[in-house]
Amino acid sequence: MAVLDAPRIVSSRAQYADSHTLARYLATGGYVALRKALTMFPEQVAAEVDAASLLGRGGAGFPAGRKWSMLRKSPVSYLVVNGDESEPATFKDHFLVERDPHQLIEGVIIAAYALQVSQAFIYLRGEFALGLERVQQAVNDAYAEGALGSRIFGSDFSLDLVVHPGAGAYICGEETALIEGLEGKRGFPRIKPPFFPAVTGLYGEPTVVNNVETMSNLPWIVNNGGAAFAALGAGRSTGTRLFALAGRVNNPGVYEIEMVKNTFRDLIYDPQLGGGVIGDRAVKAIIPGGVSAPWFGPELLDLPLGQDEVGEKGSMLGSGSVVVLDDSSCVVRAAWRITKFFSRESCGQCTPCREGSGWIERAMYRLEHGGGRMEDMDLLLDLCDNIAPGLSWPPQQTTICVLGSSIPSSVHSAIAMFPDDFKAHVLHGGCPHD
Amino acid sequence: MSHFHPEIRQRAEELVGLYPRARSAMLPLLHLAQEQDGYLSPEGIDEVAALTGTTSADVRGTAAFYDMFHLEPVGKYVVGVCTNIACLLAGGEEFLEYASRKLGCAVGSTTSDGLFTLEETECLADCDKAPCVQVNHRYVRTTTPATFDALVDDLRASKLDADVPSHGTLIRVRRSGGLRAPRQEIVDQRARSSAARAQRAEEAK
Repeated sequence: MAVLDAPRIVSSRAQYADSHTLARYLATGGYVALRKALTMFPEQVAAEVDAASLLGRGGAGFPAGRKWSMLRKSPVSYLVVNGDESEPATFKDHFLVERDPHQLIEGVIIAAYALQVSQAFIYLRGEFALGLERVQQAVNDAYAEGALGSRIFGSDFSLDLVVHPGAGAYICGEETALIEGLEGKRGFPRIKPPFFPAVTGLYGEPTVVNNVETMSNLPWIVNNGGAAFAALGAGRSTGTRLFALAGRVNNPGVYEIEMVKNTFRDLIYDPQLGGGVIGDRAVKAIIPGGVSAPWFGPELLDLPLGQDEVGEKGSMLGSGSVVVLDDSSCVVRAAWRITKFFSRESCGQCTPCREGSGWIERAMYRLEHGGGRMEDMDLLLDLCDNIAPGLSWPPQQTTICVLGSSIPSSVHSAIAMFPDDFKAHVLHGGCPHD
Repeated sequence: MSHFHPEIRQRAEELVGLYPRARSAMLPLLHLAQEQDGYLSPEGIDEVAALTGTTSADVRGTAAFYDMFHLEPVGKYVVGVCTNIACLLAGGEEFLEYASRKLGCAVGSTTSDGLFTLEETECLADCDKAPCVQVNHRYVRTTTPATFDALVDDLRASKLDADVPSHGTLIRVRRSGGLRAPRQEIVDQRARSSAARAQRAEEAK
């Protein structure tokens, strides 16, 4: 049975149609946390976030507090919020920016205060036209309310917040590529080291980059204390998390549930969550954490939704997305489409990624559409091995950023888990499902 | 002589003022140029180059990297249909084929009346309403052939102008005012907070 008694930390206002307005936000405890934070020393606010041991909600899962403390020795110049949500089947930041923009903004101001930053940027995915309008309106309202600008709420802390629209590039969700986009350039990731944003970020200055959901947790943490947040979940996975459930389920959607206390089965089958597989079919595979993650079979349905729990089984919670494939889904087509995505979105800087993604996509295409050969499976594994040597998890990296090493996940999983499906495609001369 | 209309030009100058460096305004300025012309015209690109202190070739090269920028004219309604994983599992490919037949244009092209451009998109982050369709980057939440037909009819009859602004218009809400925290105030504030923090750290020892 799913455990659903945890507080709603970031989705509490979703029940209101006007959840995006300042009036609703103020009527439901909005900007109280900011007023409280401004009475604390900045390092006390940071300490609460540290105590919450809030893991970054963007994909890498790095503790937000530690990301900040890496910078305590030298002053931080900029805070950048990553709202370029583009990992396929991930739509929780979309939910947060459209439905609760003030919660995000309050989180940003609290973080900026903890870091003593005086200019922050929210980089929002360009395709979120409505989200951009709502966040910009909320920023305007926050200025008018005195929550942004000079001497916030009468304190001696000032902050300017700029909403920056992206323009359609998956790679800009990678933090150094996002910084390039914010500097007005092509979204080419920078090599780390030396370009860790915390050291050499925006305009070469120390920069903190945090995800939308990470920021949206901060008002609750300041109001209730880091310990209360850390009391939820288990192990390293504290608090609640938004899961974006998609694919062959009856009730796809964004669900906030306590970390670790629930399993994939709970998320997929609980009537208050996914409500089961369409047509009561059997689960064939689960893609946890976005299309960069290796797949799971139905034997792992009872695995708890926690960062380490999923990591130990060779995949990741990643972006909080969960995609369900049922026994009518074609795994070859799914893996081909994912590869096509990477091939389209590779920025082209590194040879293994640029050439490898296209080569894999072509081999997968012919398997799916006719013309595949039995030796293609070996060829595909060899190509994958050239991008991420050893095909281990976490993957070895041959490229500047992790887009490259994410390419093999789906193809490798599909071949390893369902070799007979590939053989059937070769023998049938294309997809047997067509 | 500015290629931008006076109102667009004013917004462009305000945008440049929001960033520590002018070039950072590149993406928002390109959206603005597209809002005026419907695509990135050579004149619009020249003006963005002048505003950001770059060259037209640099602007074009940057714009070409990003899917949302059109270097050639597109239809009044840019229809994007997602076929990525969640939409694929909900029949996104078949939906895209249907849209192509209904509109009478191939994927990636524009109808002869200049009304519609059809694009196959990557994930648009609306996967619980798959297959996902956007028109001019607005979610239209049509998932069946019948509702798509109705959508196309409504668009042709200009019934959705309030929900779907003209192509190129990314965001209709303008920022009210520029930066508010004066530079000197920020410098002083940071010096004060660093000193105070250092003192607290010293006292803690």
